[in-house]
Amino acid sequence: MTDLAAPVRAGSLTDPLPSVWRLGLGRGGVEVKAFFREKMAVAFIFGLPSILLILLGSIFGGQAAAAGVTVGQLFTAGMIAGGIMASSFQYLGISIATERETGMLKRLFGTPMPRASYFIGKLIQVLVCTVAETVLLIAVGMLFYHLRLPTQPGRWWTFAWIFLLGSAACGLIGIACSSVPRSAAAAAPVITLPFTVLQFMSGVYVPFSSVPPWMRDVASVFPLKWMSQGLRSVFLPAQAVTLEPSHSWQHGETALVLTGWIAAGLVLCITTFRWQSRT
Amino acid sequence: MGEDTAVRVAGLRKSYGALTAVDGIDLEIGTGEVFALLGPNGAGKTTTVEILEGFRHRDKGTVAVLGTDPAHGGRDWRARIGIVLQLAGTGPELTVLEMVRHFATFYPRPRRPGDVLELVGLSEKATSRISRLSGGQIRRLDVALGIVGQPELLFLDEPTTGFDPEARRQFWELVRRLREGGTTILLTTHYLDEAEALADRIAVIASGRIVASGDPASLGGRSAAAARVGWDEPGGERTVVETTMPTELVTELARRFGGEVPGLTVTRPTLEDVYLTLTGGGS
Repeated sequence: MTDLAAPVRAGSLTDPLPSVWRLGLGRGGVEVKAFFREKMAVAFIFGLPSILLILLGSIFGGQAAAAGVTVGQLFTAGMIAGGIMASSFQYLGISIATERETGMLKRLFGTPMPRASYFIGKLIQVLVCTVAETVLLIAVGMLFYHLRLPTQPGRWWTFAWIFLLGSAACGLIGIACSSVPRSAAAAAPVITLPFTVLQFMSGVYVPFSSVPPWMRDVASVFPLKWMSQGLRSVFLPAQAVTLEPSHSWQHGETALVLTGWIAAGLVLCITTFRWQSRT
Repeated sequence: MGEDTAVRVAGLRKSYGALTAVDGIDLEIGTGEVFALLGPNGAGKTTTVEILEGFRHRDKGTVAVLGTDPAHGGRDWRARIGIVLQLAGTGPELTVLEMVRHFATFYPRPRRPGDVLELVGLSEKATSRISRLSGGQIRRLDVALGIVGQPELLFLDEPTTGFDPEARRQFWELVRRLREGGTTILLTTHYLDEAEALADRIAVIASGRIVASGDPASLGGRSAAAARVGWDEPGGERTVVETTMPTELVTELARRFGGEVPGLTVTRPTLEDVYLTLTGGGS
């Protein structure tokens, strides 16, 4: 029995430490597994956008927004953007705040796990969840709301960069915002409330053309408006551009705003990230 | 620093604003020793230990933990220490074994996860989700995560707070087994009996200073302090005498009573008496 309790022998001290990437992959696996086992995360973060899409689509989806464009298609494109932000911003904001307040972060920080591996793990988790979320919403859109997958390679390229820049920006802002809630219990409301408001303002829950101009101006500061607009340019027929208040898809501005948020998010994360709760 | 010293602290100071939490602490913990830092809440125990663990920065003083300054301890250093923290609430939705296996991957030479669960008595809960564990089982998981890396030095901060008596006994047994295996252990506690049962040496901390240190039997001059000898006089009257030479008095009494002394007691101040005097909590 005593041998179980025996500590390190000096001869084994030369054993190498496991690599940053191997541990990052391990963290990612554990993060993804924990996400899909957590009923709260699966229902409110992963499932909610599809449920809302089916509800909103059933109520308004049959109406034509313009020639050859249905409201259902508008909602699907917007909801994909909302879904990406839910799986990145909302989930990271809530889960990291909870990990910090329950001492999980401090515990990891006390082990020889490199800090970079923690963030690699989060990156993997966000990528897996946002891809799965997007596939699910596209499937719902195709099944119920005449959403068609784009055929031109140019549109897929647009999709790829909006997806990557959008999830990176939202993920980094989520990590930064995880420092705002002061308790694990406060994390969900503190993160979800502004996110819900932003979804209304950014044309996720209502067509962007129906949003009052001052709300559009506010929404233009944040990534979500640009992500949903960009995804409309990917999934909607070309003539849908007439529905945009700016009468243009504004790809240049979109890339600029998203990149700006990535830079700001990165700076915020580096300067404000804490491994311990405030005591 | 020699290999027989695991922790060396000199002149350690730490303030939070106007509050001085640690006010000049010197400590030396030998390799293989179980060392208890005993003191009331707010005495500076946790601040001291968190500085040693590399979680907090000190204001002044020198600190060497396994020969390294914790403020600059890298992954190699972290692989040699183990920290038992209390998880508030539940962890991620993983099973006990998954969690211990995951933490084992962080270390270059971990214990086998199955062995660790056996050691802390959680083998039967290996496939249970962490969220379904009782409070006591979660604390055992905390210990499992602290020792899975085969640390040379283990930090146990208030490890048995909230344990029932049976769980405490089991935990003490675990600490003794780790000690027998050669692990150096720094324990903080405000339970006197815990320090007395486990520690080779105790330091009593009050208001940020070490007010006494030594082995549990002689702490605070306990073994040299006056003993109280009590007995019943033939008339039934109880007599208690305080003396620095109890053996002589007992021999004298034995002669007087011609053998057995009725109701004989010989007591030294208990650790609790010493502790209360030292920390200013006594009457």
